[in-house]
Amino acid sequence: MEVELIISVLKLTMEAGTPLLLGTLGEIYAERSGVLNLGVEGMMIMGAVTAFASTIYTGNPWVGVAAAAAVGGLMSLIHSFISITLKGNQIVSGLALTMFGLGLSGLIGKNYIGLTVRRINEFSIPALSKIPFLGPIIFQHDLLVYLSLALVPIMWFILFKTRIGINIRSVGENPAAADTLGVNVVLTRYLCVFTGGVLAGVAGAYLSLVYTPEWIEGMTAGKGWIVIALTIFSTWNPLNALVGAYLFGGIDAIQFNLQPLGIPVNVLKMLPYLMTIIVLLMVTRKTIRKKIGAPAALGIPYSREEK
Amino acid sequence: MRRRNEFKEMNENIYSEVTVEMKGITKTFTGVVANYKVDFKAEAGKIHAVLGENGAGKTTLMNILYGIYQPDEGEIFVKGRRVKLKSPRDAINLGIGMVHQHFMLIPPHSVAENIVLGLKGSSFFYPAEKIKKKLLEISSKYGLEINPDAKVWQLSVGEQQRVEILKTLFRGSDILILDEPTSVLTPPETKNLFKTLKKMADEGKTIIFITHKLEEVMNVSDEVTVLREGKVVFTSETSKTNKKELAKEMVGREILFNSELGNGKFVKDRVSLEVEKISVLNDKGLLALKNVSFTVSEGEILGVAGVAGNGQKELVEAITGLRKVLKGKIKILGKDLTNKSPREIHGIGVSHIPEERVKTGIVPNLSVMENVVLRDYYHPPFSNGFFLNWKFIRAYTQNLVDQYRILTPNLNTPVKLLSGGNIQRIILAREISRHPKLIIASHPTYGLDIAATEHIHKLLREQKGKGAAVLLVSEDLDEIMSLSDRVIVLFRGEIIGEFKASEAKIEEIGLMMAGVKG
Repeated sequence: MEVELIISVLKLTMEAGTPLLLGTLGEIYAERSGVLNLGVEGMMIMGAVTAFASTIYTGNPWVGVAAAAAVGGLMSLIHSFISITLKGNQIVSGLALTMFGLGLSGLIGKNYIGLTVRRINEFSIPALSKIPFLGPIIFQHDLLVYLSLALVPIMWFILFKTRIGINIRSVGENPAAADTLGVNVVLTRYLCVFTGGVLAGVAGAYLSLVYTPEWIEGMTAGKGWIVIALTIFSTWNPLNALVGAYLFGGIDAIQFNLQPLGIPVNVLKMLPYLMTIIVLLMVTRKTIRKKIGAPAALGIPYSREEK
Repeated sequence: MRRRNEFKEMNENIYSEVTVEMKGITKTFTGVVANYKVDFKAEAGKIHAVLGENGAGKTTLMNILYGIYQPDEGEIFVKGRRVKLKSPRDAINLGIGMVHQHFMLIPPHSVAENIVLGLKGSSFFYPAEKIKKKLLEISSKYGLEINPDAKVWQLSVGEQQRVEILKTLFRGSDILILDEPTSVLTPPETKNLFKTLKKMADEGKTIIFITHKLEEVMNVSDEVTVLREGKVVFTSETSKTNKKELAKEMVGREILFNSELGNGKFVKDRVSLEVEKISVLNDKGLLALKNVSFTVSEGEILGVAGVAGNGQKELVEAITGLRKVLKGKIKILGKDLTNKSPREIHGIGVSHIPEERVKTGIVPNLSVMENVVLRDYYHPPFSNGFFLNWKFIRAYTQNLVDQYRILTPNLNTPVKLLSGGNIQRIILAREISRHPKLIIASHPTYGLDIAATEHIHKLLREQKGKGAAVLLVSEDLDEIMSLSDRVIVLFRGEIIGEFKASEAKIEEIGLMMAGVKG
């Protein structure tokens, strides 16, 4: 009985952590290139409603995932255009994107409230899922969980061990230096923000197709903001993002099991946000910020002839 | 006869191939003309100095050659072909490399990562690992020793410059532009740099270096072009000209050198600044000053020598109230002002000419008027406590602009549009015009041209003459030696030596700056 409970909590931890992981991986790339995108919440919820709606029409949840990725990517282009091409204020643009996404998704989603959808099936990995204890926790999930797991080492490797990775990190640290060496700063930033948008969209699809397979207005419930905090928490490193996302996922998962102990639901529901505030408080101290090494050019538009 | 001439010309072409030619280059920035119809030529195998004051347009011209700026007018020829340089990538592809005054490095990355950044044909996987061997080869060939795995932020400034040069060599550059390469180097590092440059020139590379130091032009260059107010005013073989002529061309009038000015010394016994065993932390929370004590008397200039990062910045900030003093006491005019607010310290008659003048000396987006009254706007006659007295401020500023020869289009111009020298004059006008008793001057002439430097030295001497005590922090040993009465040398947060300026030897101080006790 005890063991089964632990297994179910840990399994749920991974599921709750997956949208956070996807979002964080994407935001890490955007911020590593020097663009702060506070529009994650908006892109995520637009991904959620898009995925849900297109799955209703086509009956195929993978079409939903693809559509969500496309919408997340498109929305990120708005942010890119404002903050990279027009050199606008990234905070304002990102906040606008979030508000825009929350509003528009509510409007689009009106007709879908209460409907159910064919969720993405679980795919147990043949031999591995039979391993006692670990098998059911790690290897009995849907493909999106495996995909997000696979992305962690891949995105880490690209960022730290390849040519593209050096370009990305350099553009985020000192775009003028990268520019003088012939790196295309604008293109690099666009690509990174786009990657972030696509992954935020997929994270949204995961919410409405797997985690709670229905459409509820505002169903991201601040997960986009948790992603922002996690990006900092992970010190812009995809490997740490895995730890952070599952930590927050765990807090989410444990709620259901702490309820019988008499802790009020509202307090439990508060936990992820409390953690977010704590993380953000920790990193706003300038000294800590210097130590954890935020990309030096984060949030600063680059323009070549600025004097 | 005619035939012989032709032969001679042919011969010249072999030995002195013109690799860079810029014709009629004009470039303006929001109303300010940076370059006007500039013609410039540089040859292979020679070191060409581009001399000029700050704001003369040297850096702009070279940034155009490197594709960072686009000229409004004019043509560029590289190795005989007319080219359009739309971005640095175009320049790099033509074999042009540039070492900027403010290094273009990524401090958290390793040396190898910095060098491989943007490198054409670098491998996709593990790019930094794969260039290490070639990097070590090139670095030993030119005497530019470096550890490829070191993070750039751990390197000294001289080493960082090596990385910059290696970056261009690695790209096979045969035209190398260096912007004020020696402004951050210690004397031995400078010597090494010039050795490397000579070696590169001997191999047939074209070396162009921007400077405002006449000494360097005379010592190192084969040819020299002088820019003034955006125009070429003079060009010659270095051997056919001299310091005096160059200085005159550069400034547009005769110049008095420091050595010719003499050094009126008079030290009174009245102590203005007394620093007693202070300890101070730096930004990283480490001890930057350990039990430092010294005094400065009325009418005395105390020079603080040392390589940047040995506690000078923290010392200045502690005295001016910008940084907390952990232990010890700071007395100014006999009053204990340890850890008091900057306004309180200023109120007693302390003026501060900060380093990084653009960052801490002015508010770049505010006008000349606003910057001039930045210290005093809150009390009469500049304001009545609520409303500013613009009429008075305008007249006051106009007076200072004339008196301090500040070149500005008008009094409402945002200060960020002015050149470094004029920004520094604004700061001095603001700080000195109120007859301070103690002046804390931090790198007051860093990056300034001769005329501005001369002017600022004159102002500091004047204040000394009026009885002000001056604490002069500088990395420029010549400056310290020519202005100071006494010199202290800071090394790793401690005073490692103290001299009378008249008795000190520059070599000895140079060694102390490197940590060798005398």
